Amino acid sequence: MTQPSILLDGQPVPFADGQTIMDAAMAADIFIPHLCHHPEFKPQGSCKLCTVKASGRYVSACTMPARDGMEVENNSPDLNDKRRTLLQMLFVEGNHFCPSCEKSGNCMLQALAYELEMLSPHFDQFYPNRPVDASHPEVLLDFNRCILCELCVRASRDVDGKSVFSLSGRGIDKHLIVNAESGRLADSDFSWADKAAHVCPVGVILRKREGFAVPIGKRRYDVEPIGMQVERLAARSAGEAYEDCGEG
Amino acid sequence: MSEEGFDAGRLDELLRPVVDRHGGEPGQLVQILREAQGVVGYLPAAALTAIARALGLPRAQVEGVAGFYSFFHLTPPGRYRVLFSDNITDRMLGSGELLDRLCNKLWVERGKVSEDGLVSVDTTSCTGMCDQGPALLVNGQALTRLSGERVERIGELIRAQAPLADWPAEYFRVDDNIRRRDTLLSAEWPAGAALRAAIARGGEAMLAEMKLSNLRGRGGAGFTTAIKWESARRAECHAEADGRPAARYVVCNADEGEPGTFKDRVLLASYADLVFDGMSVAALTIGARQGLLYLRGEYAYLLPALRENLERRRRSGLLGRAVCGQAGLDFEIDIHVGAGAYVCGEETALLESLEGKRGIPRIRPPFPVTAGYRGQPTVVNNVETLCKAALIALRGGAWFAGLGTKQSTGTKLLSISGDVETPGIYEYPFGVSVNQVLQDCGAGNAQAVQVSGPSGICLAMHEFSRSIAFEDVPTAGAFMVFGTHRDMFEVARNFAHFFRHESCGFCTPCRVGTSLVANCMDKIAKGLGTQYEINQVFKIHRLLHAASHCGLGQAACNPLFDTLQKFRPAYERRLCSLDFEPAFDLDQALAAARQMTGRDDPAAHFGLAARLPGVTP
Ligand SMILES: Cc1cc2nc3c(=O)[nH]c(=O)nc-3n(C[C@H](O)[C@H](O)[C@H](O)COP(=O)(O)O)c2cc1C
Ligand code: SF4
Ligand code: SF4
Ligand code: FES
Repeated sequence: MTQPSILLDGQPVPFADGQTIMDAAMAADIFIPHLCHHPEFKPQGSCKLCTVKASGRYVSACTMPARDGMEVENNSPDLNDKRRTLLQMLFVEGNHFCPSCEKSGNCMLQALAYELEMLSPHFDQFYPNRPVDASHPEVLLDFNRCILCELCVRASRDVDGKSVFSLSGRGIDKHLIVNAESGRLADSDFSWADKAAHVCPVGVILRKREGFAVPIGKRRYDVEPIGMQVERLAARSAGEAYEDCGEG
Repeated sequence: MSEEGFDAGRLDELLRPVVDRHGGEPGQLVQILREAQGVVGYLPAAALTAIARALGLPRAQVEGVAGFYSFFHLTPPGRYRVLFSDNITDRMLGSGELLDRLCNKLWVERGKVSEDGLVSVDTTSCTGMCDQGPALLVNGQALTRLSGERVERIGELIRAQAPLADWPAEYFRVDDNIRRRDTLLSAEWPAGAALRAAIARGGEAMLAEMKLSNLRGRGGAGFTTAIKWESARRAECHAEADGRPAARYVVCNADEGEPGTFKDRVLLASYADLVFDGMSVAALTIGARQGLLYLRGEYAYLLPALRENLERRRRSGLLGRAVCGQAGLDFEIDIHVGAGAYVCGEETALLESLEGKRGIPRIRPPFPVTAGYRGQPTVVNNVETLCKAALIALRGGAWFAGLGTKQSTGTKLLSISGDVETPGIYEYPFGVSVNQVLQDCGAGNAQAVQVSGPSGICLAMHEFSRSIAFEDVPTAGAFMVFGTHRDMFEVARNFAHFFRHESCGFCTPCRVGTSLVANCMDKIAKGLGTQYEINQVFKIHRLLHAASHCGLGQAACNPLFDTLQKFRPAYERRLCSLDFEPAFDLDQALAAARQMTGRDDPAAHFGLAARLPGVTP
């Protein structure tokens, strides 16, 4: 029996039973832009960066199960244009000032903006008021950069068994909260050893007193565009040791 | 009493009975929060901690759920919480002026709590009283037919701190306003008749009648009901991890949140037995022992009568063990009350809410018929769909298929409001023309009809010959009429704000996109819009349509798209130029600094007022 496959931008890509379009693409070293997806966690399907066209319908690659013979459009002007708009939405929704961010060069949001040639934020900035939480002895939370991907939520709940993070609010007022009556990270049982401390794709969860250990220009996505690093992105599932520049 | 308005020392004492009433079940969190707020007045941080501890849930999860629903308050909302229904039909009846008048009378700023903690006045999404608006909710209770005089009197009652029970009962009267009756509304349907008919037929034969009837869902999507029921009947159910036995569920969707819809309200008020019979028929057909009715928070005033009705059904053997004396045929119905979230009408968000979570639509597949409530096979149907199923049990599928059109069988209840002489409920066989409906309800000078609410379609005059049917103009029931004197731009702007307020925020396109388009519309309304904003709206519309996670986001720009296509002049006469105009106004930004320093050079004004005389930003 031949292995089932999808046609990804015209190229046959095999998949195993239960795999999504994203799983199949990653295994074949093909890049589908994504932010909320992480091979180690339950698919979430909220950022919509991975939107592809499967059998003529727009779907999220990270949640859509692959079906034999399915024709999937991924790297097309239409889809990349939509993804660029989604990135612009994420940029204006928060407060992102890359030059002063410790995550610059290791940030997936920034890397995707380069990859998809986003030249400006395009929309008017929302400038939300999101105070920083510096209460914890080891870790700083800069909510200004949160893209609400829920990776820390999933990691803390499903791996650490702590549920340190949750989402509250609705719509544009949705925001990340910490599991403490005071709302402060210092009053939760969070620790730097938690998985949740190392999954943020952007610069929210940062180690204190550790700045710019790797100089800007030499960081992960400075060296090579994110679209060329599929193998590394896929390997995140192997539970490999986390590199000290933070996981993304 | 402490300053916060509750006695912190007695918190545990207040909350324990609430938690116990729900058996300490985490899945009941939304109901527990609702009742806890009822006894405490709001949901202070300490109450969330106590509830989390009692249910064994992470505190942040409890706070996350409390923070999702509009009717839960994490800070004191005032002892009188007044919420004006903000549907466009309420506005057309003058709700905006009435709100201002009440605020003035009570010396309170809209959206803020008065300094003495007595009252707050704000708006809320459509409360489903469009046929007798303007309407408002006071501490969750619906008030109808507001007038200047009523608002004055309400102000006095609040100032005098009169308990709601002492307010004139007339204020709380909700009429059915049934204007046209067809098969469903023209007869009395004795409690249990449909259920007995279905028992006599048996599950398999009942399913066959459903297939014959070709009944399609009345909640919006128009999915064939028999296919849903058959899938759930055939789906595997499984014992749960916590020891709950394998089960199937029937859920009645009474969230009715689409602005302009109120037919389910009337069915629940005056045809509740038919609704419960429909649920029972569905249960018998798919093999469910438990039914859940999800009632929108705005309709909480119906709760006592519905509970009484269920009690009556239990007493007469229509509910509980051995229904109608049939050994082994057990069926119970529970009512869950929502807390102000339109998205919870979406069937998978509704299931999440029933399970005590934030109302976020699930990833599909799997669909509810295979993995619904608590992961078990579940049928979710609209109130009206279930009533129709009850009629099919009584009269058979072939009879039903003979009504309406071939693809849209049976009748449809329309909720008619706006610029008409007799707003209310109209029942028609499917296939009726828009023109006919307009004539019947006395819409003399209609320029547009918004069918099926903001998520639906806006029809202009040249389309009035089209007919109400799945194959032409599908509808969940709303039918809002706009006379020629109405500004269709303002209609669309009202809808844009509705979607911004109701987006659940799960997915990027809808969360951010609904805010962006609402901002675009506000900019145009201020006279600062250009062709650029119009292009933005089109672009965001295409993105939301393609990439949104659920139907809310996919439909969120429909009304803007429709009105831009059909009522373009309403937009264009507001545009200040055809080029780009920034939302940022230099002079406005510098005004405070200029005032403080006393330095102001008139020649250095480059903002809007300087460039566009007559425009006040
Ligand atoms: C945002 C949104 C809101 C909805 N609101 C309702 C509602 O209030 N009532 C309802 O019956 N269906 C609503 N629906 C449709 C439901 O998802 C579902 O299709 C329906 O309950 C199925 O019942 P039916 O087949 O009997 O129509 C909504 C859908 C969406 C996307
Ligand atoms: S803090 Fe980081 S990981 Fe957590 S939701 Fe925000 S962006 Fe995602
Ligand atoms: S489309 Fe809107 S309502 Fe639906 S899941 Fe996305 S954010 Fe939530
Ligand atoms: S990566 Fe698929 S939706 Fe975020």
